[in-house]
Amino acid sequence: MYDLILIRYGEIGLKGDNRPFFINKLISSIKTICRPLGEFTVQKSRGRIFVIPENSTAQYLSRLKKIPGIVSASPATAVELDFPAVKKAALKMVQKKLTEIETPASFRVQTNRANKDFHLNSLEVNSRLGAHILQNTEGLTVDLENPELTVELDIRSKNIYLFINRIPGPGGLPVGTSGRGLLLLSGGIDSPAAGWLALKRGISLEAVHFHTPPYTGQRARQKVLDLTDKLSESGVHIKLHLVHFTEIQRAIKKNCPEKYLITIMRRMMFRIASRIAEKNDLQVLVTGECIGQVSSQTLENISVIRSTANLPVLRPLIGYNKQEIIQLAKEIETYNISRRPHQDCCTVFVPKHPATRPHHEEVVRAEKNINPDQLMENIDEKIEIIDFEQ
Amino acid sequence: MDEIYLDNAATTRPLSEVINRVTEVMENDFGNPSSLHHRGAAAERHIQQTRKFLATLLEVKPGEIYFTSGGTESNNLALKGTALNYKNRGQHLITTQIEHPSVYNAFKSLEETGFKVTYLQPDSRGIISPQQLQKALKPETILVSIMYVNNELGSLEPVSKLAQTIKNYSRDIFFHVDAVQALGKIPLHPQQDNIDLLTVSAHKINGPQGVGALYMKNGMMIKPLLEGGGQERDLRSGTENTPGIAGFLPALKNIPKQVNGGSTDEQLASLKQFTIRQIQNTISRVQINTPQQSAPHIINISFPDIKGEVLVHALEEDDIYVSTGSACHSRQKINNRILKAINLSEKYLEGTIRISLSALNTKQEMEHTVHKIKEKIDYLNI
Repeated sequence: MYDLILIRYGEIGLKGDNRPFFINKLISSIKTICRPLGEFTVQKSRGRIFVIPENSTAQYLSRLKKIPGIVSASPATAVELDFPAVKKAALKMVQKKLTEIETPASFRVQTNRANKDFHLNSLEVNSRLGAHILQNTEGLTVDLENPELTVELDIRSKNIYLFINRIPGPGGLPVGTSGRGLLLLSGGIDSPAAGWLALKRGISLEAVHFHTPPYTGQRARQKVLDLTDKLSESGVHIKLHLVHFTEIQRAIKKNCPEKYLITIMRRMMFRIASRIAEKNDLQVLVTGECIGQVSSQTLENISVIRSTANLPVLRPLIGYNKQEIIQLAKEIETYNISRRPHQDCCTVFVPKHPATRPHHEEVVRAEKNINPDQLMENIDEKIEIIDFEQ
Repeated sequence: MDEIYLDNAATTRPLSEVINRVTEVMENDFGNPSSLHHRGAAAERHIQQTRKFLATLLEVKPGEIYFTSGGTESNNLALKGTALNYKNRGQHLITTQIEHPSVYNAFKSLEETGFKVTYLQPDSRGIISPQQLQKALKPETILVSIMYVNNELGSLEPVSKLAQTIKNYSRDIFFHVDAVQALGKIPLHPQQDNIDLLTVSAHKINGPQGVGALYMKNGMMIKPLLEGGGQERDLRSGTENTPGIAGFLPALKNIPKQVNGGSTDEQLASLKQFTIRQIQNTISRVQINTPQQSAPHIINISFPDIKGEVLVHALEEDDIYVSTGSACHSRQKINNRILKAINLSEKYLEGTIRISLSALNTKQEMEHTVHKIKEKIDYLNI
């Protein structure tokens, strides 16, 4: 008998011949995220992954529930194929659970007998084990339809796995199964949420942030580092490219019409992001853009800005409302970091009346004043790289 | 040039004597002052030494000094403790619009429990007049709290006259003074000045952080904030911060003799005047917000079309450390309550910085700083 964590995955099961690839990526995320917790082994068994820690399973769940690809996880006990041993383990598990919940509570037993050689069938296991639990505990009643507790048994070839709790994971696809993208990360609420949605669809990410010292300070920078660190809790390694953007922003402010400051600034960001993506073999840009939220997010601006990117731009939040984004940011625990009140580069030079319907040719003409190609020439020297991994 | 630290109203560099003393006490006299054995007694002696020295400095009795965790706690204890203990006499309190948050928010919290509070508005220099205080006093008034030196502007309040105004009206009204920015810069004589409660803090005078004291006149009773083992004569439960309190002593001893003797710190005051002149001579568009009647260490200035926060970051690139106002504010994007109270014009509200000096600063440093401010402003103005 030993304790372990049983992990279920969903969509991966649909992927036919690619399944081993998807499962191995998921296992790689699991290993990355659990490494700091000590020694453990990972086993694959049809439709399940088992994480078997050398010590307690306690700390593993809070980490595993953030890994894309995991549908749910359960702390479980593995017992040999022996019914008396199952009764003993199940009773112990239920008694522990009873100290954590309010009683009276209703329960049932549910058995999945993948191993047809086991001498009792599912119904026999359910009724016998249910009776045993009922006789030896207080405060439990039976409810087969809508129980508050379900004691589950998974009978497999070598072991029987017993568990009560199913902790939901994010679902989606394991990170790294859908290619590589570059996330444009500001200090705001939207971009980390967009990054998370990309990760959840299996895209592995690097991130780029533009900072403007002395207009932005150390704490604004720290905020972005903390956001990247938080995103890496989904079991991925994230490389953050920090671009020293001051000179470019000042050049724009000095030489371009005020109403186009933001449009041209964002065009420069997309140029630089494209360059970083190309150098690092990243296939798409990912942004937190969302229609109509601010003046630079009109369709006209999105289109004028996008034209300086020479690879596809994914905008996972495009159909979200602000409240929905905030809700998501709270779920992935980036909201409180984003709310720290430090100026970021987008609030440094804010025009009073930014153009909401910029004319493409006019913007391109205005942009000539700063000579974008020349500004791009020594951009590589202005990028600092920081690696994040849990 | 090495680092130039000009944020001394936020906190100060501890003296090496302070660091040594804190370390020594932690190493050798780690006992609990309440313990009966000699380790306890040794720890208690350190606390009594500082208590006695501070009492002598303030010209009060050692029994009137209570150690706390700092200015914030001393202020909360003095205000809530007095209001709650004497609420049967009346429920009206008076303070100002420019107090430190630990006073201002303590009053806000008392308001929620039913007290009426009058917040006096200062003049454009940040100064409260005895006449306006006189008008605010009522038969129900039980407590007045006015700071000695404003932490953002440096304005020096006429504390002794304000006290007279109160006591002429009624001997039963208590007067609390937050003297956190005054200790070591301005002579403090609470008894002579009719002050009933006075707050000081160690880390503003090159002492350790986490140590403060409250002077409370003998005969007053206030309700403690913390229930516990009854340390500090039942006023402040919790095991005393012995190393911190011991480390306060060298900082107190370092206060210039003339301040003890009854005048302000002239050396610091002349460094401040020198800096203000440099600023006026070097920078064309600048407003000095600190009035003539001010403490010797704080200079508050504003520039149009510049964000104070940005100027702070620009100066730190050259290892010069100033602040945008009180440290408790600089991380919140709230409109500055104190600058609004003095009706600072809209175009200066955002572009304000505070330079706060210590005896460790030199004329050369100040010349260099003003030169750098000019350079940064020219750079930032595009």
